[in-house]
Amino acid sequence: MLLIPCPVCGERPEDEFGFGGDATVQPPVTDSASGQAEVDIDGFADYLYLRENPKGRHTELWVHRYGCRRWLVVERDTVTHELYSSRLAAGEGGE
Amino acid sequence: MVDARYSIAALVRGAITGHRSWPEAWRKPAPKPRYDVVIIGGGGHGLATAYYLAKLHGVTNVAVLEKGWIGGGNTGRNTTIVRSNYFLRDNAFFYEHALKLWEGLSQDLNFNVMFSPRGNIILAHDFGQAEGMTMRYNALRLNGIDGVRLSREEVQRRAPALDFSPNARFPIFGAVDQPRSGVARHDAVAWGYARAADRLGVDIIENCEVTGFDIKDGAVTGVQTSRGDIATGKVGIAVAGHSSEVARMAGLRLPIETHLLQAMVSEPVKPFLDTVVISPSLHVYVSQTDKGEVLMGGALDGYNSYSQRGTWPTVEDVVSSAVGMIPRLKSLRLMRTWGGVMDMSMDGSPIIAKTPVERLYLNGGWCYGGFKATPGSGWVFAHTIANDAPHSLNEAFSLERFRSGRLLSERGAGNYPHYH
Repeated sequence: MLLIPCPVCGERPEDEFGFGGDATVQPPVTDSASGQAEVDIDGFADYLYLRENPKGRHTELWVHRYGCRRWLVVERDTVTHELYSSRLAAGEGGE
Repeated sequence: MVDARYSIAALVRGAITGHRSWPEAWRKPAPKPRYDVVIIGGGGHGLATAYYLAKLHGVTNVAVLEKGWIGGGNTGRNTTIVRSNYFLRDNAFFYEHALKLWEGLSQDLNFNVMFSPRGNIILAHDFGQAEGMTMRYNALRLNGIDGVRLSREEVQRRAPALDFSPNARFPIFGAVDQPRSGVARHDAVAWGYARAADRLGVDIIENCEVTGFDIKDGAVTGVQTSRGDIATGKVGIAVAGHSSEVARMAGLRLPIETHLLQAMVSEPVKPFLDTVVISPSLHVYVSQTDKGEVLMGGALDGYNSYSQRGTWPTVEDVVSSAVGMIPRLKSLRLMRTWGGVMDMSMDGSPIIAKTPVERLYLNGGWCYGGFKATPGSGWVFAHTIANDAPHSLNEAFSLERFRSGRLLSERGAGNYPHYH
């Protein structure tokens, strides 16, 4: 059982949370200033489907579904399940 | 030289000599400096690949490199279910090819893999669910695969231990069944393929971890291992949950996340369940092993994990779901739980394909359905490696599909591997 440290609610058991996957992937930056609907297809494919999937330290999203309902960015080890850090995600008062 | 073939005569000979004359099932060779093909991963898929390379393609200078020991990974950790009830045509034809290989596998390998076609009954708990299942099973039949719909009464005849009481939490409306599906002895599959491949000249090298690739001008030329460097013409990766870790050493990122799946068995009891029963609503599947244990599996733990051991909320969820389906299980004690790491692909279907590195091939993304595919997976992967091109059965299982959009999503859950 993971005890996830929620910045709002404190340490809470994992079954209060939903998992949101890798927090490090970013959509490609599109140039909106040019007015062109230029879409970087390969960049989007990478963003949607490719993952580092590390054996070890992983930065990931969790949502405190049965608590404060905020999205968190959590750093966790995928082998030992050690939790290193947690903070509110961007748009939830974090950055 | 003792004839290594298993037969009645060999059994009698063994009995006379006090069973001290049996030859080893496979040799323990030291790695040679060069092979034509190196397979990374001595699980069912890797061993099957080596076997079919030697048997069907005449490529016998092959090494299978295994980090641990044969039968120690997911081949020995799964819930042994073999079926081909897939909806999408590419999946359906591939898994049906695998099921046909299963049907003759014990004879082909001269090793009893104890394939037992006892069906797998998928329960529908209401009319809508039954109609959805009927649609999928009609698709099976259109593809030439067996599938039948069962009424509530027929389910009750096949599996009277299920909860048919009026106050069942999930009342049984009906079911679908694939009569040719069933279970097999999982370790025997690894041992049988290892022994059969060894007899064709394949070197099975245990306790040999790959630590890097030699890549020259975009083509693989060898592997570095904990037992020295090995030169090779071609390399196949078949390492399940560690696909991303091994591919990373060749500079590749994969559309795969590694997740943990648990399974568990109760103490052994007298036979009472002679089929596999599955409830998609409860997300649990239950069968009884030949030893009498009740074998249960359910959902993933739900977040990236390489830990090979699970957490309690999932055990509780699986067991309570199984008891919900078969109330009499509540008096049993749980004997053992274990976990394995799954290579969950982004669309829920496997990847058996060439990679951007020349002559490096990938077999992975099995999600939690790899065991049933074992013979078919080895068969098409051997073809892909031998011909440097996929067979028509695995053409759709490419890496490019994640770029072109030709995804194979049975579930339609989007790019969330923990939902497949």
